[in-house]
Amino acid sequence: MQDIRNFSIIAHIDHGKSTLADRLIMRTGVCDTRTFKDQMLDNMDIERERGITIKSQAITLPYTARDGKTYTLNLIDTPGHVDFTYEVSRSLASCEGVLLLIDAAQGVQAQTLANLYLAMEHDLEIIPVINKIDLPSADVDRVLEQIDSELGLDPASHLKCSAKDGTGIDEILEAIVERIPPPVGEADEPLAALIFDAFYDAYRGTVINCRIFHGEVKAGDTIRFMSNNSIYRVEEVGRFLLSRQKRDKLSAGEVGYIIAGVKTVSSVSIGDTITLDERPCERPLPGFRKVKPVVFASIYPISSDDYEDLSDALDKYKLNDAAFIYEKDSSIALGQGFRCGFLGLLHLDIVQERLEREFGLNIILSVPSVRYRFTLKDGTVLYVDNPAHYPGPMAVVKSEEPYIRASMMLPDRYLGAVMTLCIEKRGVNSNLRYPSPGRAELSYEMPLAEVIFDFYDRFKSVTQGYGSFDYDLIDYRPSNLVLLDILVNGEKVDALSQIVHRDRARARGVQACERLKEEIPRQMYKIAIQGAIGGEIISRSTISAFRKDVTAKCYGGDITRKRKLLEKQKEGKKRMKMVGSVSIPQSAFLAVLRSDTDS
Amino acid sequence: MTDGTENPGLYIHFPFCRKRCGYCDFYSITKTSLIPGFLDALAAETELYRGEFPGFDTVYLGGGTPSLLTPGQIEILLDAIRTSFPILLRAEITIEVNPADLSRDDMTRLRLAGVNRINIGVQSFDDRELKFLGRRHDRKQALSALEAAAAAGFDNIGLDLIYGLPGRTFDEWMSSLGLAIDLHPAHMSCYELELKPHTPLGRMCEQRGIGSHPEDLAREFFVRTSEIMEDSGYIHYEVSNFAAGMDRASRHNRKYWDHTPYLGLGPAAHSFRENKRWWNHESVHQYVRDLKRGKSPVSDSEALVAEQLALEALFLGLRTRQGIDLERFRLRYGIDLIKEKGRLLQEWSESGLIDIAEGNVRPTRSGMAVADALVVL
Repeated sequence: MQDIRNFSIIAHIDHGKSTLADRLIMRTGVCDTRTFKDQMLDNMDIERERGITIKSQAITLPYTARDGKTYTLNLIDTPGHVDFTYEVSRSLASCEGVLLLIDAAQGVQAQTLANLYLAMEHDLEIIPVINKIDLPSADVDRVLEQIDSELGLDPASHLKCSAKDGTGIDEILEAIVERIPPPVGEADEPLAALIFDAFYDAYRGTVINCRIFHGEVKAGDTIRFMSNNSIYRVEEVGRFLLSRQKRDKLSAGEVGYIIAGVKTVSSVSIGDTITLDERPCERPLPGFRKVKPVVFASIYPISSDDYEDLSDALDKYKLNDAAFIYEKDSSIALGQGFRCGFLGLLHLDIVQERLEREFGLNIILSVPSVRYRFTLKDGTVLYVDNPAHYPGPMAVVKSEEPYIRASMMLPDRYLGAVMTLCIEKRGVNSNLRYPSPGRAELSYEMPLAEVIFDFYDRFKSVTQGYGSFDYDLIDYRPSNLVLLDILVNGEKVDALSQIVHRDRARARGVQACERLKEEIPRQMYKIAIQGAIGGEIISRSTISAFRKDVTAKCYGGDITRKRKLLEKQKEGKKRMKMVGSVSIPQSAFLAVLRSDTDS
Repeated sequence: MTDGTENPGLYIHFPFCRKRCGYCDFYSITKTSLIPGFLDALAAETELYRGEFPGFDTVYLGGGTPSLLTPGQIEILLDAIRTSFPILLRAEITIEVNPADLSRDDMTRLRLAGVNRINIGVQSFDDRELKFLGRRHDRKQALSALEAAAAAGFDNIGLDLIYGLPGRTFDEWMSSLGLAIDLHPAHMSCYELELKPHTPLGRMCEQRGIGSHPEDLAREFFVRTSEIMEDSGYIHYEVSNFAAGMDRASRHNRKYWDHTPYLGLGPAAHSFRENKRWWNHESVHQYVRDLKRGKSPVSDSEALVAEQLALEALFLGLRTRQGIDLERFRLRYGIDLIKEKGRLLQEWSESGLIDIAEGNVRPTRSGMAVADALVVL
């Protein structure tokens, strides 16, 4: 166990986490440059394109240190977005140390801090690493100051590197060996293994990534998930180098995988403890909680003929995304579909993109919503995440909505603009700190609904990209809520309805009408778009009919060119949903949540 | 719409211009020294199709600027075609001419050589507009070309006009249109100027921030032009085409619009038969080289599937006054429009975009203005 080091890399988004991981993998010789695929750990297209790690994964790096001994370095990759904070915390719980990566040009950001706090909660050894020192805009001195004043870490403990060109990688590997403590644990105690990730393999079912804290596990063992007492028989254990390497057993201190005939990823809960059925540990490892979706939206096929395909696709997709939930739903305007729950808007984006890309589906997503809580006259408490199920003002005695605590870091020159934004977003109980001169750390309590409604884009825009943002859910608070309906040509489109705060309703109605006016293409007739609350029209916009589109010449026998153009347009129309006689493009449903102040 | 048994049309693309007009995106080059080589190649290409088509009842000599050819060259060319292909006696034989090119005597020779329809590229009677468009003739030449054609004995004279030039008012357009109407040509094509980004004029306008007419204005020009033309006794038989009577409509162009077979010769020319369309390389050099080596100058071809044929028939049909014959559409393309698009047709009809009567779907004037958008719905 003395030769094992379990560690993670934590960083603000785009600070170079994946690039550093790739460097470490290459330097330890797990793979050569020829087989090296850019950003190995992010193995899905979307992750590579967006540069965001969505699913965490572990890799074992054999490393011969300068002391001549060979160590087993287990790198546990963590997802890098606020939507996935809990997954990050479970990965960190599996480590003894972290590399806290900071961009030399950007310095400490909100997620740097949020991740640092997470690492501190788990008492991890923290090695600050300043990355991107090759950039012309790198300002190492400033970052060192921030490490001291904002992170409260010893600046002398830092390392410098450029993951891009490979500078400083050897020093990092040495520091991992020297400074991160080896795991402790008893191999002869009952098995206690922490699940920090699980993914679906078409041939083997669910592959569970875990950290063994005590005991050992081998093929043939009967294991038990402590959260729900389900029991499985272990088929294989091993660890990841670049592919799965089967081993006889996994012992205390090690990181590896277990395959145990678990059919779906949903049967596995991140953060759960695995033990042996016949000799269970006394209590589960700390920190487990069920991940709950906070953003909800309905998914409909654009063509109702594709409903079955969508249903199949969701089944398959769900295999690999335990955080995603869905159930049958139907909309008067859009027909049969599914109500889905997501960890956040990014998660929603990712699901939409994967359904379209991997399953070739054309889908429509309704306007996302949070989960509201209504107390009815008869005392029943109703959770409503679908505006279509709003119980109506007469039935409700108390309305509540979920609140979050938003933590933001920004240069203090943007403070005024950000505070104005937060107040506009119904932020309360602000807290302001100056961790170092010129830098502000601001927190607000805000309704989650306001955050999903274009907060992040606007925050980025008012801070010109220099602000960073993180949030935690805190509680439900009373709120004056109404249902805002959208009518297209007099017809209510339930998928465009939103539950909103009464004070914001008018503005939101106006905004929705304006956005839809931009998103819905001109059609044959004039189209009226109206916002309504309980039958009262509060906003309106009009899309004028198209006037003339026909081209003058269709001539000389080259009909092909013209037809191809029309075929392309028809293809574009396929991504629209007919509501009554109006085709509404996919983009319109999400656009309702964006304000026109986006730039 | 046809059942495919109509007489085919023959198109000859003459790919040369004295100078390129800024707005034009048809294929032509200005290196007129290649004309003799082109004519030889053309003769060779006609040989490739000898015996392949039944009697043509239209011949259309377009371009480019076929009036750059001397009457003698045109006579030879028509003779060569008659040798290779059966050309019906009653065939409509059209030539496109630039007003600056042909004298009355030249035109007389063309008429005697069998050309019975002459289409004059007037474009405008306003010298400033002509300059903007990059035309090499002026108003005076346009008027004398029309006069010469009539004097040469042509009774089937067409003229082309372009409207919707940036910044031009309807009244300014009316001065050209009104003058044209007063001359009583048998046929008129009124095209809305399209500023295509890859043309010199398109680029120039983009750089200077000049745009085409906004949709509302474009529609007004379109509708009022149609009204004025019809009030003056012309039939608005296709989006951009007007005829003094249906017998004066361009028999040749109508073939393109109803899937009648046509054979196109010359660089960039398109041909169509049954469900196949093919087209030649857009290069005089390659055309000449290929044919010298006895190779086909065809660049590419496509076999249209039923769905594509139907889409074409739909958008082409909605561009013509004659519209779509529902029963023939069903027989030829296997689609019962009433059954499959009934609701849409009903809506269009209620909105005054089409008339459904006697088994035909006919676009109204407003329907024609949006024909492209309709088929996409």
